[in-house]
Amino acid sequence: MASQSHIVSSYEAELADLDSKISRMGGMTEQLLANSFDALIKRDPALAERVISSDRMVDDYNREIEEKTILVIAKRQPMAVDLRQIMAAMRVANDLERIGDLAKNIAKRALAVASEQHPRSLMAGLGHMVELALRQLKDVLDAYTHRDADMALTVWHSDAQIDAMYNSVFRELLTYMMEDPRNIGLCTHLLFGAKNIERIGDHTTNIAETVHYLVKGTPLTDERPKNDHTSTTVIGPA
Amino acid sequence: MDMKVMTATSGNGTDATLAPKILARDVNVHYGEKHALKEVNVDIPQRSVMAFIGPSGCGKSTFLRCINRMNDTISIAKVTGSITIDGSDIHDPALDVVQLRARVGMVFQKPNPFPKSIYENVAYGPRIHGLASGKDELDEIVTTSLKKAGLIAEVKDRLGDSGTSLSGGQQQRLCIARAIAVGPEVILMDEPCSSLDPIATARIEELIDELRANYTIIIVTHSMQQAARVSQRTAFFHLGHLVEEGETADIFTNPFDKRTQDYITGRFG
Repeated sequence: MASQSHIVSSYEAELADLDSKISRMGGMTEQLLANSFDALIKRDPALAERVISSDRMVDDYNREIEEKTILVIAKRQPMAVDLRQIMAAMRVANDLERIGDLAKNIAKRALAVASEQHPRSLMAGLGHMVELALRQLKDVLDAYTHRDADMALTVWHSDAQIDAMYNSVFRELLTYMMEDPRNIGLCTHLLFGAKNIERIGDHTTNIAETVHYLVKGTPLTDERPKNDHTSTTVIGPA
Repeated sequence: MDMKVMTATSGNGTDATLAPKILARDVNVHYGEKHALKEVNVDIPQRSVMAFIGPSGCGKSTFLRCINRMNDTISIAKVTGSITIDGSDIHDPALDVVQLRARVGMVFQKPNPFPKSIYENVAYGPRIHGLASGKDELDEIVTTSLKKAGLIAEVKDRLGDSGTSLSGGQQQRLCIARAIAVGPEVILMDEPCSSLDPIATARIEELIDELRANYTIIIVTHSMQQAARVSQRTAFFHLGHLVEEGETADIFTNPFDKRTQDYITGRFG
């Protein structure tokens, strides 16, 4: 990072404003995700409704950040680290917006299954996935704020844990469904919920890649850690 | 000093594996007591555009003027080190400096056509260098040069008009035609667009992009965006040092040296 300030102070202020918007948008997204899972596990339709309606605020932030970045590009013709910061802000906002959408979808499913009894062990698995996703999201937002490429790299690698958890939840849900067809409705919703969390992990990985580029100026070129085997998983009759 | 090494490919599609046209080694320039240029080492590839950027007084124009020995005209200037073009030393005592300046043309900040007709502005150089055997050949050189400079369509019916009657952008293209007319290999441009409006600037930039197929072009510019648009390689000068040189795409997205980053992002106090 360049330590000096820009000669033009309004440019400096515009870049700082972008960062603070990303930070607020990130905080809002974390809250949405935590609340959506609370609504699911506590079977709280009112909380689920609140998550669904507040996703619009995350969308508004995304739009606002996009407009600001376009304006800064037009006005300042940014170079080097400034250019990378502006592109990073746009990309991070986009990933956060998608995370907000996925959290909203979890809340919708929480509404759909609010009246059904949830098997405890399944919820523990999902809960663990959410914990990991929230941790990744928090860490990657911290990495963005502090321009910490090492921390971003740690997040990037840790996504494999969410994938592993997802594989295990996936198998468990299939087993439940096979045991009793009456579980299929609930389990399908939970399966989509789990998939949403897995996708959120992927978006945090995207953000980690963006942070790495922002700090280092070079893309992460290694093969991204992938541990999701569900697309090829088959559980046959015992 | 931190320097980036030359890499094989350029972001703008130029084959940087071409042999360097100009090699500068340990070039120092003193203006009297002032050490204006310090230990400059750089390879300038042929048939491409290299931009020199840096704050005022950083040495970029001084270095540009070394390449066609324009500093010889300043009595207190002392140049040491070596500059070779295609392997021959430009300071070789046997070398005729007039011939050197025909090989290394120059376009200045302010268009400076001679107070003569458009035709004469272009014909003057070939005539004194004896490049044309007769009127027809000279006409041919004038037309070709004006064509290459992208000016022919605008002036073909008024070649007898004074060069100074043209607009600023046209005058600058006339100066480029004048430089081209003597068959140079290298064209030095010292802020060629600084007195032009954005449309005339765009025309010059388009022209530079066309000319690089046949010439080695070095452009000094204060506009970072212009350097990013027209050049394949960029060199950043600061306080007489060549701080960093590399592919333009790298310099403007991910410069190596903090001084380069501070300058191009507008952080120099």
